[in-house]
Amino acid sequence: MSNSYQIVVCGSIVPDPLQTLEPVTGPAGPALKNEMILPAVLDPWAGHALYEAANLARQLPGSKVHLVSLGPKAKLQQVMMTVAQKVPFELAALDGPANGFTDPSETAAALAEAIQGIAGLDKSRLLVFGGWESASRGAGATMQMVGERLGIVDQFQGVDALKVNPDGSFEILERIEGGRHQVSRCAGPPALLGWATGNLPEPKNNPQVGMTNMRTVMPALQRAKAVKTGTEGVTFASVALPRQQRETRIVKDASPEEIAREIVDWLKQ
Amino acid sequence: METILFLAHTEADGSLGKPALEALGVCQGLQKSLPGVQFAAALVGETTQPGADAIAGCGASRFLAVSGPDFGQSRYASDAAAAEALCRAAQATLVVAPATSRWNRVLPGVAQRLGGRVDTHVTGVSTDGAKPAINRWYYRQRMEAQLSRAQRPWFILIDPGSQPAAPIAAGHAAVEAVAIPLPDSCKRTQVTGLRVPAADAQTIRPDARLLFVTGAGWTKKQADGQTHVPEAEKLIRGFLQLTRASLGSSKSLVDLGGEGQAVLSFLTHLNQVGQTGSTPRHPKGLSTCCHGEEPHTVGWRFINERRAISLDPNCGWARGKADVLYVADAFAVMTRVNALLETQKPA
Ligand SMILES: Cc1cc2nc3c(=O)[nH]c(=O)nc-3n(C[C@H](O)[C@H](O)[C@H](O)COP(=O)(O)OP(=O)(O)OC[C@H]3O[C@@H](n4cnc5c(N)ncnc54)[C@H](O)[C@@H]3O)c2cc1C
Repeated sequence: MSNSYQIVVCGSIVPDPLQTLEPVTGPAGPALKNEMILPAVLDPWAGHALYEAANLARQLPGSKVHLVSLGPKAKLQQVMMTVAQKVPFELAALDGPANGFTDPSETAAALAEAIQGIAGLDKSRLLVFGGWESASRGAGATMQMVGERLGIVDQFQGVDALKVNPDGSFEILERIEGGRHQVSRCAGPPALLGWATGNLPEPKNNPQVGMTNMRTVMPALQRAKAVKTGTEGVTFASVALPRQQRETRIVKDASPEEIAREIVDWLKQ
Repeated sequence: METILFLAHTEADGSLGKPALEALGVCQGLQKSLPGVQFAAALVGETTQPGADAIAGCGASRFLAVSGPDFGQSRYASDAAAAEALCRAAQATLVVAPATSRWNRVLPGVAQRLGGRVDTHVTGVSTDGAKPAINRWYYRQRMEAQLSRAQRPWFILIDPGSQPAAPIAAGHAAVEAVAIPLPDSCKRTQVTGLRVPAADAQTIRPDARLLFVTGAGWTKKQADGQTHVPEAEKLIRGFLQLTRASLGSSKSLVDLGGEGQAVLSFLTHLNQVGQTGSTPRHPKGLSTCCHGEEPHTVGWRFINERRAISLDPNCGWARGKADVLYVADAFAVMTRVNALLETQKPA
């Protein structure tokens, strides 16, 4: 067992990025228009974290992956129908708002509590994964706050690779400025990793994995505790779509020479 | 009454980077417009005196620093301990810091430790009477909000490139050293180095004037029914050499690599622009063989002038996402662009 990990992945849902989004002001602050009927997907970078977790767990027998997800229960259920077919995990669901305007500190409090509630949690073997930034808030704050609440001070963000060395230590690559990676060596668990794209393609749907997962996913959704997360202390003066829509000049019948000249002149300006 | 703390880390040589000076400009603006405000500056790094001296004339009434070999590396545990100690020593209520990868990784955690709140990727700070307010984007740059917060300390991380750097008089700063004993539990991680692409593969250039985006079209079958990947690679490399542009890509093109298809050898996920990629800042952008779908173009939010070359007159760029769309074959156009640039090269 000493070589295995308990990997807890925090990941929620976001509107499908192909959708047009519009802000509205609701009773509890800003929200998205028609939020409940917009098609949703698993938050992309959290998705990469989940696939990396499953891949790591597969290599180290005895390891287990938990997915902790906070979102409106009905939407979570829809998205889990697909996600459950990707890789094996056990779900812990929390029923609450998942929009980008809720505050990361409130979300982190709920997530940390859910992680601490996982039966048989062994902190000495714990790896907490998540996306480094969500597609909703895009702050990169929630995971750090979860880590703080769990007392984990070996934290990494923008992670593209995690390698377990023979001595049990980790080599971790994090994205930094200018297309570079910072390389760190961490003594071992517990650690928290906010993933970027990583190196794995999205796993193909596997109905058998789906069936096994669904045995625990459905009860977890039924049990999902309602949590109140919001924007306490925050006053939004405005939330608006960018005003500028460009007047595109469409150049159709120019020769490549003419276009090239125009582009080069523009580059020189 | 607010106490503003400018919180920065130094570079390896003890100096301050441009993002730090941009955040400092924000602090100076706040100091001017908030009545009776206190203003302190704090630095973290292996050596900090050169950085403090460089901003001696910034108007801060105190300079604080955590320095030493333990604080040279960009490591969560030691950076968090240093930032926490400095915020406590200054009794900061507003902590303004540059949103570098180093601070982005740690300051939200420090906000949590101090019972405060944080806003990252801040693109503007203003004051309405005695109350500071910030601007930031939600849903990957799809909508912009202005907000203020009641909780303190409030950490505000300023996105690099979003503000002008403050011109500051150098001098001698009397720095108060804040000593923190770093327990072994904060040294379980060691930064061992950087992984940097080979010089000719270093295509991401944040300071470039132009973002040059390549899309999946470069690898698709062309009018002659064939793909022309080696030719595409040559054209793109040639253009990058001639212009020193920064290379961005659509997701579709970088994903092809993972699927084992012939692709442009120098592209990685780090080049990807958009929803699950980056949102770089450059004065100009030129897109080629890319459709300009919303998940891609959200990454262009901070590109001022935009032009695109695509065969499809109904692509996303045509619909208000670019200033000019050239409906043309990018192979033909870029061959001529490179030839023209070649003739105009200084001898
Ligand atoms: C969760 C999620 C996240 C996503 N994140 C991102 C992201 O971060 N970044 C991103 O880019 N996309 C992202 N996408 C994908 C996005 O929706 C598009 O599928 C993608 O941007 C398309 O890439 P493309 O325009 O290069 O390719 P295509 O859609 O295949 O377009 C190729 C274009 O090339 C043109 N072309 C072909 N040959 C030539 C030629 N010789 N000359 C000129 N033009 C030519 C064609 O006309 C076409 O317009 C995401 C999607 C999802 C679902």
